[in-house]
Amino acid sequence: MGWAYDRCPKPCPAVPRLPVSPLSLDLKFKTDLLTSFQIFINNEWHDAVSKKTFPTINPATGEVICQVAEGDKADVDKAVKAARAAFQLGSPWRRMDASHRGKLLNRLADLIERDRAYLAALETLDNGKPYSIAYLVDLDMVVKCLRYFAGWSDKFHGKTIPLDGDFFCYTRHEPVGVCGQIIPWNFPLLMQAWKLGPALATGNVVVMKVAEQTPLSALYVANLIKEAGFPPGVVNIIPGYGPTAGAAISAHMDVDKVAFTGSTEVGHLIKKAAAESNLKRVTLELGGKSPNIIMSDADMDWAVDQAHFALFFNQGQCCCAGSRTYVQEDIYNEFVERSVEKAKSRVVGNPFDFKTEQGPQVDEEQFKKILGYINTGKREGAKLLCGGNPAADRGYFVQPTVFGDVQDNMTIAREEIFGPVMQIMKFKTIEEIIERANNSKYGLAAAVFTKDIDKANYVSQALRAGTVWVNCYNVFGAQAPFGGYKASGNGRELGEYGLEAYLEVKNVTIKIPQKNS
Amino acid sequence: MKKQGSHSNPAPVLPALPEPLKDLKIKYTKIFINNEWHDSISGKKFEVFNPANEEKICEVAEGDKADIDKAVKAARKAFELGSPWRTMDASERGRLLNKLADLVERDRLTLATMEAIDGGKLFSTAYLMDLGACIKTIRYCAGWADKIHGRTVPMDGNFFTFTRHEPVGVCGQIIPWNFPLVMFIWKIAPALCCGNTVVVKPAEQTPLSALYMGSLIKEAGFPPGVVNIVPGFGPTAGAAISHHMDIDKVSFTGSTEVGKLIKEAAGKTNLKRVTLELGGKSPNIIFADADLDEAVEFAHVGLFYHQGQCCIAGSRIFVEEPIYDEFVRRSIERAKKYTLGDPLSPGVQQGPQIDKEQFQKILDLIESGKKEGAKLECGGGPWGNKGYFIQPTVFSNVTDDMRIAKEEIFGPVQQIMKFKTIDEVIKRANNTTYGLAAAVFTKDIDKALTFAAALQAGTVWVNCYSALSAQCPFGGFKMSGNGRELGEYGLQEYTEVKTVTIKIPQKNS
Repeated sequence: MGWAYDRCPKPCPAVPRLPVSPLSLDLKFKTDLLTSFQIFINNEWHDAVSKKTFPTINPATGEVICQVAEGDKADVDKAVKAARAAFQLGSPWRRMDASHRGKLLNRLADLIERDRAYLAALETLDNGKPYSIAYLVDLDMVVKCLRYFAGWSDKFHGKTIPLDGDFFCYTRHEPVGVCGQIIPWNFPLLMQAWKLGPALATGNVVVMKVAEQTPLSALYVANLIKEAGFPPGVVNIIPGYGPTAGAAISAHMDVDKVAFTGSTEVGHLIKKAAAESNLKRVTLELGGKSPNIIMSDADMDWAVDQAHFALFFNQGQCCCAGSRTYVQEDIYNEFVERSVEKAKSRVVGNPFDFKTEQGPQVDEEQFKKILGYINTGKREGAKLLCGGNPAADRGYFVQPTVFGDVQDNMTIAREEIFGPVMQIMKFKTIEEIIERANNSKYGLAAAVFTKDIDKANYVSQALRAGTVWVNCYNVFGAQAPFGGYKASGNGRELGEYGLEAYLEVKNVTIKIPQKNS
Repeated sequence: MKKQGSHSNPAPVLPALPEPLKDLKIKYTKIFINNEWHDSISGKKFEVFNPANEEKICEVAEGDKADIDKAVKAARKAFELGSPWRTMDASERGRLLNKLADLVERDRLTLATMEAIDGGKLFSTAYLMDLGACIKTIRYCAGWADKIHGRTVPMDGNFFTFTRHEPVGVCGQIIPWNFPLVMFIWKIAPALCCGNTVVVKPAEQTPLSALYMGSLIKEAGFPPGVVNIVPGFGPTAGAAISHHMDIDKVSFTGSTEVGKLIKEAAGKTNLKRVTLELGGKSPNIIFADADLDEAVEFAHVGLFYHQGQCCIAGSRIFVEEPIYDEFVRRSIERAKKYTLGDPLSPGVQQGPQIDKEQFQKILDLIESGKKEGAKLECGGGPWGNKGYFIQPTVFSNVTDDMRIAKEEIFGPVQQIMKFKTIDEVIKRANNTTYGLAAAVFTKDIDKALTFAAALQAGTVWVNCYSALSAQCPFGGFKMSGNGRELGEYGLQEYTEVKTVTIKIPQKNS
């Protein structure tokens, strides 16, 4: 994200040439093109203990791609045992040099880079996101994220501490242990990298449940994890459903930590399960209804462009989507007019087509939920300015939709739609807009567009959100922490902050004959 | 608890040792500026010798003040606001460094052979240890590139304050001949990950591997002018760096004597930042309760590694009285096991000293030891009839006032002293102008931690010696140096902290 590559004035590494996709929409799926659709435990492939499978669907056509092993509690138990064994004192993983963990992560990044086109195509097939975006954006960020955390592996320092008395005191930053990680379907590979990077850099072992909508790319990466040379049991990956496999992880008595990215509703369930079982550590990255505030002194072209990108990127399926666009009164009409123009010109269609900007929503459930929200918006009196309907007669495509005259109390202004539906509201003063922007149970991201340094600084302090963008939106990098205030989550991912969730601090105090400074 | 030797570490064990290259071609003998090769402005060249046979390897362009000026101009230009290097993503600097590590790994055999021929270093050591350390250090620093965090600061008043950790600018780096490639990497990797540009002067004895690195730096894709390499002599090229009005920082590894000149030059000119990694006379303290086998071996390697040419050499070995005689006996036995010879030949354990000057200095110090009453237990003279080889030499009954107990010998000459009490040995160990490294061997946790606190040295090893790694800071107390290299600490030497304070309408926590 933050990928206005065409505007990039600097010597950033040249954007790689977009290669032809090795897969296509009309592919009659051949299983030999797909190597992995089972459960990955101990660097080996397993059927589900129950032998059950589930279909994964191509959202652009509604057709079944293939059957995938369906993990549940029994498989989670098996994976946790493998992870626990890999984490034992004296195991290869525990005794490995920290720099070597970094080397393995760098090697994994190399392998993903090698298979970048295939992985991007798989992502498009299973998730529906445009192949060009998957290749240039998702995969780029995956590789950078893994390399970033590779660098941390031998740099998370404990401290020596000037404890009172005749003692020598230091801290060790130890891995937490077996980490359950439950990841969503909107950025399957990127969310996998966000989870694996910090967990493995810090020496943990992982039991990961991938989303039932999009299991394929993560399972392919499992092969690469083995190829990179991670010892058996360090990473275990289970495709399956939330109420079975996901619940088994969050309630497990031998899982030390659970990290979840997904809906706020499920976040509640996970924290509750942790509380009721073994008080495992919990980090949550949940929903949002992020305000994007456009002041009248902002660069209008840029603000329209970014507000569009903030909402419509990835078919609107972003937890940080700028889904409450607040525009200052004196520019409101022009902003709305231009936003509608922009939405109308958005190219929706076959995600393997290089021209396509918007593919299908991930599945039928999301598709219907979004159309339901659009109807609610109309019913509650928001002004539908464009879109509002399905965009094709097969697959889960939704037209880019813009609502004007949206009021804060409307459902579409309060709930997370997770689709290509933009809400534009009007405001008059800074004081007013800060109050309205913060009047949400969420607090994931926020943005302000202004040329005035005082406004920028004031608003960025006032907004209750884990990320504030000034004159930009969706700018992500592995270096910058990400996470939510309030019901948008607990804890932070990425950056140095992201390591904290995967470390236990151990204080060691040794009696000594005499202390000297 | 199982005892775990390094071989049980699950990281890949050292790579298999190949044969050294049979006929090494020296391709790079000129000055490297702006990613291009230049003759020296004066047209002068100097000869580079193989210390194992005293034969000339090649001639190398001899840079002096005029060439340094040219290199500094290139480095300054590469550092201008808006330049490709300044506007590059930090993560991209890291990617370039990782690429450089890949290239060093690819050309490991060439570089190790070069290091052996030019520096008299055992090929096996060069290949396994030096090159291994180089690659790991580059990768370590690559990881730091986008993790050098400034801070936001809760300043009083209605202000928003943050710090930027900016590169210092043009860094002059003067490196020694004992670990030509490792020292080159220790200097450039942290400088580059922080975004500086550099002008490097390799030692006149051993310029070849650094020049070869010039070609890899270009191949990796560093922009022109970011790294410039000027081979030459200290009094000309080195002095030009330390006196230069447009160099923002100088870092030097070498003798304490030259370190003083460099700091003085910085003081007299533009107050450029100075880091120095200088000499040592490091104490190695062996208690009677130590594991004797391990202590003898570490003490031996701690001194004799690379012909004794290490700034960290454990050159004052203090042994507790009850085990003194046995320790000396075993140390002599160990020293006598050496096979000297051509550093390229398999089975050879000790190569030549670097040059005639060092060779004669070491022989002179051995003579002084004999004259001042130390007991020569073995060795004590030259070996062979060509090349600068010295027999592994052990002195016992050494007392603290002898020259061999006070001066840095930088050769294969081990001094073993006796001590009785803890207080005594702490005092004696610290009674030196140096403070680079120190070690203590004991199984007693109280003694170990007492010494860890009491010894005045930048590195203290407990039950080990010479354990260095890119993650650990390294540098000297007292006259062993200023500042630290490697680890996160090493980055401080290559960054300036800028505080930015912005007036805001109203502060909120």
